[in-house]
Amino acid sequence: MKKYDVKKVNFKVFRFNKETDHAPHYESFSFSVAQDEVILDILNKIKWERDGSFSYRRSCRHGICGSCAIKVNNKPVLSCKERVFDLIDIFGYELVLEPQDIKHAIKDMVVDKERFWSKYSSVKPYLMGEIKSHPTKEHIISQEVADKLDEADYCIQCGNCFYACPTVQVNGDYIGPAALLKAFRFNVDIRDNAKDERLEIVNQEGAGVWDCVKCYECAEACPKDLSPIDKITKLHNQIFEENLATDNVATRHAVGFKSSISKHGFLDEGELVRYSEGNLGVLKHVPEALHMFKNGKLIMPWQMPKSQKLDEVDKLIKSSSTVKFK
Amino acid sequence: MENLKYAFFVGCTPKQSTPELMQSTLAIAEAFDIELVELVEATCCGASHMQDYDDFLSLVLNARNICYAEKRGLTIVTVCNTCQLNLATAKHRLDNDDKLRAKVNAKLKEVGLEYKGTSQIKHFLYALIDDYGIDAIASKVKNPLKDLYIAPFYGCHNIRPGAVHGSSNGNEDPYRPTSLDRLIVALGGHSVEYGHKNKCCGFHVELQAPKTANRISGSAMLDAIQNNADTMVTPCPLCHLRLDVQQKSISEEMGEDVSIPILHMPQMVGLALGIDPSKLGIKHNIAKVDFI
Repeated sequence: MKKYDVKKVNFKVFRFNKETDHAPHYESFSFSVAQDEVILDILNKIKWERDGSFSYRRSCRHGICGSCAIKVNNKPVLSCKERVFDLIDIFGYELVLEPQDIKHAIKDMVVDKERFWSKYSSVKPYLMGEIKSHPTKEHIISQEVADKLDEADYCIQCGNCFYACPTVQVNGDYIGPAALLKAFRFNVDIRDNAKDERLEIVNQEGAGVWDCVKCYECAEACPKDLSPIDKITKLHNQIFEENLATDNVATRHAVGFKSSISKHGFLDEGELVRYSEGNLGVLKHVPEALHMFKNGKLIMPWQMPKSQKLDEVDKLIKSSSTVKFK
Repeated sequence: MENLKYAFFVGCTPKQSTPELMQSTLAIAEAFDIELVELVEATCCGASHMQDYDDFLSLVLNARNICYAEKRGLTIVTVCNTCQLNLATAKHRLDNDDKLRAKVNAKLKEVGLEYKGTSQIKHFLYALIDDYGIDAIASKVKNPLKDLYIAPFYGCHNIRPGAVHGSSNGNEDPYRPTSLDRLIVALGGHSVEYGHKNKCCGFHVELQAPKTANRISGSAMLDAIQNNADTMVTPCPLCHLRLDVQQKSISEEMGEDVSIPILHMPQMVGLALGIDPSKLGIKHNIAKVDFI
């Protein structure tokens, strides 16, 4: 029989009590960890065996309630799902346990998630449609229609994607990946009638889909592998498909690639900035453009490189385009 | 060792805003006897924006790009993280969805092409480390970077999402990537440990949300500077365009000076190999590379 493996691990644990402490500190706890133990087992051991005042959220222990999400060495995890041995493989024998959002810690691993929930509510994350209160038969949905949800209904609102998102950290208005995923989830539900209403919300400049930096932190952070960023892409697509895209720098930034590729194969960088910003808006880029020109980082329009077999590209653009912009 | 040969997906910036990346890539490929066959038919990858507008068209064009490497029977090498992700994502989707592949191939057929899924897609960083080999690189070092503290900046699209990259990036862990660190050490330099090495630079919202972009890159640069980095190095020209070209506006936004030289990965390698800086396009870098 294979030996039951045990490893000694040092856990550096974030400790803070908003009511009594000026600043947080880190406390070390060492445990012998068995191969099948998860981070939640360690949180329990700290509380039950070392310090009863230690605070953290937990409930189902089955990866369903989303309560026990924290960060280990800055990796967002669901405590009840994350094996300590897997984390040792990545980070070694010292693991740092921190709450999802240090700035809003209330006590130890417990954070004030008010911002997460308020962004979540802002996208109307519920079904809005004519649903009979006393239906006489089941509302059967075909597999094909259910597949459109792309598993977005499996989100457990743990907040891992939200607290991993760099835009959330620097822009207080940004709705964030969890809420955007939820907007997508109801927008593709055939029983729902509020798609356009939600698209108006997620289409807001400075707060919605256009502010996603495309870092894929949310895809990596999701314990359910739901890839919120892919749903954000699909919301972008819905905005264009429903003809709700307003003519602004962000939409033109996405659209501008097509004409460049058709003309040169390559992206014309200077032209993309001009087209996206508009003839007036582009003026603010003049100082940086001059600097780039001086360093040989700008080419003239007549120097624009061209891909070979552009006739093929043009043919494919004609045959494969699926949307139009205004 | 038989000489390595790849289909070179150049991408848009090396022919426009980052000529130094083109020069340094070709210079070190020559030094390592790596043959790069330019994919002259290839188009822009869509830079992670075009799919927001027209996902299917973006997929078809990237499938076409890959076809031309398949025709040549070669693995694709990219020199931009975003090109890498866009091509790898197209491949991942087409290799795992027969219906989608049939739909895309129906379009490609109109121009006499067929996506088969026979070519791999690799960023040049991983071609160097995994195919050429870190020891072979180390053995070519003539000018060890021994006094330099170098902060590796990995860039998002080479390491995330892990599910798409898989073995093509040596199964790099997105939370603890090591390839650039190992490369720096192999070149004789000191790799700087800092929290932002695997974080975002903000490039993709530079036009519509410059404040967000500047705060995101500023945090990473200050982290590197506070950890005593002499320079940062990145495998991604888009990260480079932010960190190098935008230092003035980033400093203004952060209220702190973020001046620091930023090297492209092949520029760093080239310096260690003893290649003349003029052949690595150093004069094109905006932030002065003051340690040469």
